[in-house]
Amino acid sequence: MTDWNAMPLTPIRSRSPMPIDGAALRDRLRLTGVSLVCALLAPPALALAIASILSAALGPLVIGIVLANAVVPATAALTRLHRRLAGALLGTPVTADYADTSGRNVVTRPMRWLTDSARWRDVAFLWFSATGGFVLSLLPVALLAAPVVHLTGALVDGGLLWWLLMVFLGGPALVVWWLVTPSLARARAVAEGNILGRSRVESLRDRVAEVAASRADTLDHSAEELRRIERDLHDGAQARIAAVGMSVGLAEKLLRTDPQAASELLREARTTSVEALADLRSVVRGIYPPALADRGLAGGVEALALQVPLPVTVSLRVPEDLPRPVQSAVYFAVSECLANTVKHAAASRAWLSGGWVEGRLTLVVGDDGRGGADPAGSGLAGVARRLAAFDGTLAVVSPPGGPTLVTLEVPCPTAR
Amino acid sequence: MPDRPLRVDRPLRVLLAEDQALLRAGLSRILTAGGFEVVATAASAPELAAALAGVDIDVAVLDVRLPPTFTTEGLVAAVQARRARPGLPVLVLSQYVEPLYAGELLADGDGAVGYLLKDRVSDVDDFLDAVHRVADGGTRLDPEVVAALVRSTRRRRPLDRLTEREREVLTLMAEGRSNVAIADRLFVSEKAVGKHTTSIFTKLDLPPAADDNRRVLAVLAWLRGERSG
Repeated sequence: MTDWNAMPLTPIRSRSPMPIDGAALRDRLRLTGVSLVCALLAPPALALAIASILSAALGPLVIGIVLANAVVPATAALTRLHRRLAGALLGTPVTADYADTSGRNVVTRPMRWLTDSARWRDVAFLWFSATGGFVLSLLPVALLAAPVVHLTGALVDGGLLWWLLMVFLGGPALVVWWLVTPSLARARAVAEGNILGRSRVESLRDRVAEVAASRADTLDHSAEELRRIERDLHDGAQARIAAVGMSVGLAEKLLRTDPQAASELLREARTTSVEALADLRSVVRGIYPPALADRGLAGGVEALALQVPLPVTVSLRVPEDLPRPVQSAVYFAVSECLANTVKHAAASRAWLSGGWVEGRLTLVVGDDGRGGADPAGSGLAGVARRLAAFDGTLAVVSPPGGPTLVTLEVPCPTAR
Repeated sequence: MPDRPLRVDRPLRVLLAEDQALLRAGLSRILTAGGFEVVATAASAPELAAALAGVDIDVAVLDVRLPPTFTTEGLVAAVQARRARPGLPVLVLSQYVEPLYAGELLADGDGAVGYLLKDRVSDVDDFLDAVHRVADGGTRLDPEVVAALVRSTRRRRPLDRLTEREREVLTLMAEGRSNVAIADRLFVSEKAVGKHTTSIFTKLDLPPAADDNRRVLAVLAWLRGERSG
């Protein structure tokens, strides 16, 4: 089969009649060529359309099943070509959304096709291609062919009639051709895109599935975070404060009988209470870091970079009033990336750059370490999940030998 | 403690299960200072199971939450151990108290259970008294548990018939305190406490109990029983 990807098909340049230049002419000629291909594909489309209806009607019979197994793949091949053409002309890919038939045999597969709305839309397209679509595609070809035929006749035959035809029919046809070709090609491409592409319902259904998954992840993540905080408090500050109570209590009991032991216990209680405060501080830092609260994302990330035991260059230009949840998610994402660098990369330095452009926050965390970071590793996967809650993405480029570049992107159209 | 039979032959043997070294050391020190002998310590559920099966003890002091799952291993181990050896004295310590867990401990009706916040250990004498009471078959519940039970009991009306003082006595009784201790706390005579107790039992329509322990269990059963009834 022809490699349609290699076809030099670019989107329609412009539908405006001006300017009249070489590029505009080439574009119109190209579109006329595409229209010719589409017009030539109308007869096979009509044949397939009739065969489709026949095979559906004859479904219960063996012949219907045999026919379906021939017609449906042929239709798919034809519509694939039209999707390519329409997608190229529109500049946005038109994708099919057939139901999965893997693991089915020649008898059960047609049953699935029967209930697949995408297959039925293919059939609808066949009728469109053989009728309205055919007219849309034939017009540019005919409008261009007329003057060419008249001119050829005039030059070869030399009769006056040819010249009259050329002037009164061919000339205006050429003008009309110039005016309408891009619009007609576009109209056909839009129609094809709407019939053959995924329906709006399907796109929305996919989007809902995506959102539901990311919401579930977010809830999981929050529950996990709360559990972690509870554990940190239970094992840290709470336990230490309980221990302080025990030491002081025993000291109180021993005060008279064994003052030396009592004073030792009190000293212990004092150091334990200091540790309890340190624990509380670290828990608070894990919930919402003070530097992030005070200085926003840029300040928070800078403070983070200072705590890393290797030189980190920070150049971050972000608005101060980014939404707080996004700030927090990105902060912890950066924190995880830097922790990975320290743990695994054996890097001598790291850098952090990024900014906010047209509603997209982009940050790159890089290091000159040994590379080979695994984006599916639990740490980075966790970061990706966290960012997904905001429709954000995480991209890791980490060839063996380094450097490692982790790019975080989060859309946040309006600040706060 | 006058209502405790004297054991002069040997110190009471304690099994201590607590995963956090700091608290384990503190508890061990307090128990030793209180005249107990800590014969075994456990830092995880498997260690606790081994100790419960292998060491002869008079009372177990357990943390609710232990490795490996950090949920309620200590509680589960206590309930299981008491199934094998009914009435094995168990004092459960925790950083939170849940009336639900208290219910599970009390469910077998054998008494000899305690359930206290770890905070209470800092009142060393009171804590040691609690360990003694539990070892002697008594019951000791954290004031927070009792408060929650009183708060959530379904039949409010009988409780509302109690006087303010009687409610105080009821609460202290439910915590597992002796008449002497209640009298001490409320600055009244032991005899007055006895009178309040009789009055409470009449108002709650409870049969008079033979001894302190039965009395506590009866009150707790009443408070908990009303939840389902």
